[in-house]
Amino acid sequence: MTALVALVLLAAPAAPYPDENRVQLKPGPGRDLVIGRCASCHSQDYIPMNSPFLDRKGWEAEVNKMVKVYGAPMEPDEVAKLVDYLATNYGKK
Amino acid sequence: MRTRRQFLKDLAGGAAVLGSGAFLPGRAHAADTSAIGPATLPSGTLETSFLEALPGKRPLIKRTYRPPNFESPLDVFEQVFTPNDAFFVRYHLARIPEVAAAQWKLEIGGDAAEKPFTLDLAALQRDFEAVEIPAVLQCSGNRRGLSDPHVAGVEWGIGAMGNARWKGVRLKDILTKAGLKKEAVEVAFNGADQGSLDATPDFVKSIPAWKAMDENTLIAWQMNGEPLPHWNGAPVRLVVPGWTGTYWMKHLVSIQALSQPLKNFWMATAYRIPKGKFAIVDRFLTQETDANTPITEMVVNSLITSPREGQTLHAGKPVEVKGIAWDNGSGIRTVEISADDGRSWQATSLDADQGRFSFRGFRHSFKAGAKGDVTILAKATNKIGSSQAFELVFNPAGYHNNVVSRVKARVG
Repeated sequence: MTALVALVLLAAPAAPYPDENRVQLKPGPGRDLVIGRCASCHSQDYIPMNSPFLDRKGWEAEVNKMVKVYGAPMEPDEVAKLVDYLATNYGKK
Repeated sequence: MRTRRQFLKDLAGGAAVLGSGAFLPGRAHAADTSAIGPATLPSGTLETSFLEALPGKRPLIKRTYRPPNFESPLDVFEQVFTPNDAFFVRYHLARIPEVAAAQWKLEIGGDAAEKPFTLDLAALQRDFEAVEIPAVLQCSGNRRGLSDPHVAGVEWGIGAMGNARWKGVRLKDILTKAGLKKEAVEVAFNGADQGSLDATPDFVKSIPAWKAMDENTLIAWQMNGEPLPHWNGAPVRLVVPGWTGTYWMKHLVSIQALSQPLKNFWMATAYRIPKGKFAIVDRFLTQETDANTPITEMVVNSLITSPREGQTLHAGKPVEVKGIAWDNGSGIRTVEISADDGRSWQATSLDADQGRFSFRGFRHSFKAGAKGDVTILAKATNKIGSSQAFELVFNPAGYHNNVVSRVKARVG
């Protein structure tokens, strides 16, 4: 946890783009966590832009890529919560 | 300074986000949805794309806000050169400093350079011969959003590309001054932009030493006679004519000559195409694996700018088909069009040749037949005999989509 806090403090988010809240994620369990973990690096529109063609496995691969490649700070149990939200709200039906 | 807590609160709550005045966007409301791209883009892409203007740009199609990814609408390609304010914007990483030309410094070094040195803009412009080359800059992922099935990434339509006159100096002159050693295999480039997290791999790319020494590879500070726009890499960027945009490093600050291949995420994992599926001339051998290889050159392609999808044509009246074609710098030999969904083809007239790396305009008139739907196709072939595909060559990152495009109009 200490490592996570340190990472978060190091993260100096680029200023949000003035209009970026024009695209808001759908309400639902996990939404705030998704914003908390994803939006310090990129605007929320990345998620709906990539929908609705990824299935649960596809979203899981994306979240894992964000953690493993881009270094998104995340507790292990949070990955499943993010994937749940993304697959439920932006997954392939 | 805004805190992270406030930052997240703004994002979660949808409160108005205050930025500096310079970053307030202009907004244009699209009258019809075709202005934001082909109907075959993912529905989520179409729902969240708008025409919006970044500072210094005209309204472009916003795919993502941060990092900014904005593409040019179709009408921009009615001109063979793309105006700077209409030129697409593509970033991987969201921390994008505005680099003042007066403060800019370029470091040239690496283990395969005998004599590392540093340049400022005045020295770059004073000490080396300036050249200007017209060349297409196309994002590797242009048309990714048209992949079937869809694949993850920035869901570009047709407009993540542009054509400009790039003025700068030859990279080979810089490398020669730096004393490029014979063991140099690649030359690597870094720009001033970086990720929001320190853990995010910096966007650093390399090209083969032979490509770095190509007389057409430039370090450029001008685009269409004007300083580079901020969003296109000011004050200085790399220009790699014939190759896709991933190598055209923006806000260039470092050049490293390397005796070993560059190994990072952006080279080893991203920007890869399966081997053997595309007719490619330029290979990047130091980065090839058994399975895949870095994307290098652009594949031959074309775009119909007129008529438009769904346009009404008049029976018995001439219809002018217009568009542009481009390739890897071999040069366009012919563009043929079909007005009967591919059963028969006619050669078009090519507009003036602006250089082998440039868009090439084409046009052809035919008489609209009886009432009903008419499907118009355009197919470009280059001087080495490569032509466009009729079926998508699917690949996981959605690259190299040069499927002959169809415009369906109606004779009314």
